[in-house]
Amino acid sequence: MSEVPTPDVSAEHREYLRNRKLYRIKIVAAQALLLVGIIILWEAAANWRLIDPFITSQPSRVVKTLISLHNGGDLYRHIGITVFETVVGFTLGTVIGTGVAVLLWWSDFLSRVLEPYLVILNSLPKIALAPIIIVWIGQGMTAIIAMALFISLVVTILSVHSGFAQVDTEKVKLLRTFGATKIQVLSKVILPASVPTIIAALKINVGLSWVGVIVGEFLVSRAGLGYLIVYGGQVFRLDLVMTSVIILAVAAAIMYQSIVFLEKIIVGQRH
Amino acid sequence: MRAGPLVEIKKLSMTFHSPAGEIKALGNISLEIMEGEFVSIVGPSGCGKSTLLNMVAGLIKPASGEICINNKTVQGPTSLVGYMPQSDRLFEWRTIWKNVLLGLEVQKKVDKHSRGYAEELLTKYGLYEFRNSYPSQLSGGMRQRVALIRTLAINPELLLLDEAFSALDYQTRLVVADEVKQIISRENKTAVLVTHDIAEAISMAERVVVLTKRPGMIKNIHHIALTCSEKTPIKCREALEFKDYFNKIWKELDVHV
Repeated sequence: MSEVPTPDVSAEHREYLRNRKLYRIKIVAAQALLLVGIIILWEAAANWRLIDPFITSQPSRVVKTLISLHNGGDLYRHIGITVFETVVGFTLGTVIGTGVAVLLWWSDFLSRVLEPYLVILNSLPKIALAPIIIVWIGQGMTAIIAMALFISLVVTILSVHSGFAQVDTEKVKLLRTFGATKIQVLSKVILPASVPTIIAALKINVGLSWVGVIVGEFLVSRAGLGYLIVYGGQVFRLDLVMTSVIILAVAAAIMYQSIVFLEKIIVGQRH
Repeated sequence: MRAGPLVEIKKLSMTFHSPAGEIKALGNISLEIMEGEFVSIVGPSGCGKSTLLNMVAGLIKPASGEICINNKTVQGPTSLVGYMPQSDRLFEWRTIWKNVLLGLEVQKKVDKHSRGYAEELLTKYGLYEFRNSYPSQLSGGMRQRVALIRTLAINPELLLLDEAFSALDYQTRLVVADEVKQIISRENKTAVLVTHDIAEAISMAERVVVLTKRPGMIKNIHHIALTCSEKTPIKCREALEFKDYFNKIWKELDVHV
């Protein structure tokens, strides 16, 4: 996708490329303007008392809160804990989910026996299990990670298993004509062919894991961004709530982009 | 070279079971294929020609009868048989070289000797410089050649081509069929081609076996003798006798739409 016009490019084509570039610049500019506009409106509306900053907070208060959290030294501990729980949650969800999907692929009998249970578990809102998890595992980080894991596990099993089933049967047949054993079929075609499916599941799990972790922190924790949000809400410090939500949004965006980057490295090589 | 048949198919029948009932796919097929011979099998769709190929490849067991290759009954897939699927089926996450080694890897036969043979095949058929490329970087014809080399790398006695060119567009198909045929005769391999394309069947083979509708039985076997300057599939299509064979086989297939 090189945009450098080579000497033999016609004037028309140069014009086309220029318009394309201009259009993209317009989009980025509009996006930036939208963000800046919202921040300015929010700040101005709060200053003119059109809205009550005690309830809505305002950008300058968010910055102040951010600075005091930074100076207090607690900020990075909270971010670190939440990010750690999330990463462990979606990693475990993807790895264990893929493992179970392999078992289901291996045994058609098992997959048919478990199918209705998986479908019901999948439609069940996993957050309803939170009290059970807390009672069984106890209050603390393990319960939060378990929450994140449960939320992503079933959907991973189902999507990766159906990904396995969609692997080109002719490729499997080709391997079998070479005399491949079942484990060779798994390692040489089913798993490598399903890498894009597994990464797609991973991307979904990142989002689900955030949900699990934040809900978990709401319920049990004494640290983390979810804790800051729920604590801020309880003591009516909306500055703290807004600041934490914004940090959360940034952290989630960075994590998602990292996964997209990882996907490009792994899958990009194939094309 | 041995004079006897490489492949003996003896009174082969096959029945498939499904909840809707049982389907007799093949009925009492007997056929001998000589070493170095190229045989095409044509038949109406659903006549069980692919089933026949799957049984020769050892993927499914016949309901009755048996298949012998080199006087040994086929019990399962062996390295005596190389299979070419519909379209190339290269693994897009492997380089050309790794694709070529696939069969050897599965059979745990990657050694200095087999690697040397695979390298030699790649060099001979103009693909050595692409060994580190990925399949998506190659043209359709080149991919088909890689697929053939992947099959040849395990050094099979018998090649099975299952509608091997049907995924290609018509022009590419003619060229690729030409190339594949030449490579197979240069490497002295025996080959069975299953196809629904009568012209392809006649132009490539020494014998064309015509199967009946399901349950597939042998209706006729044509010995193809074409007068053409070069024995390549494209040249063979220009032979005077070509359309006679075509018309005869066409009538035997008895197609009603």
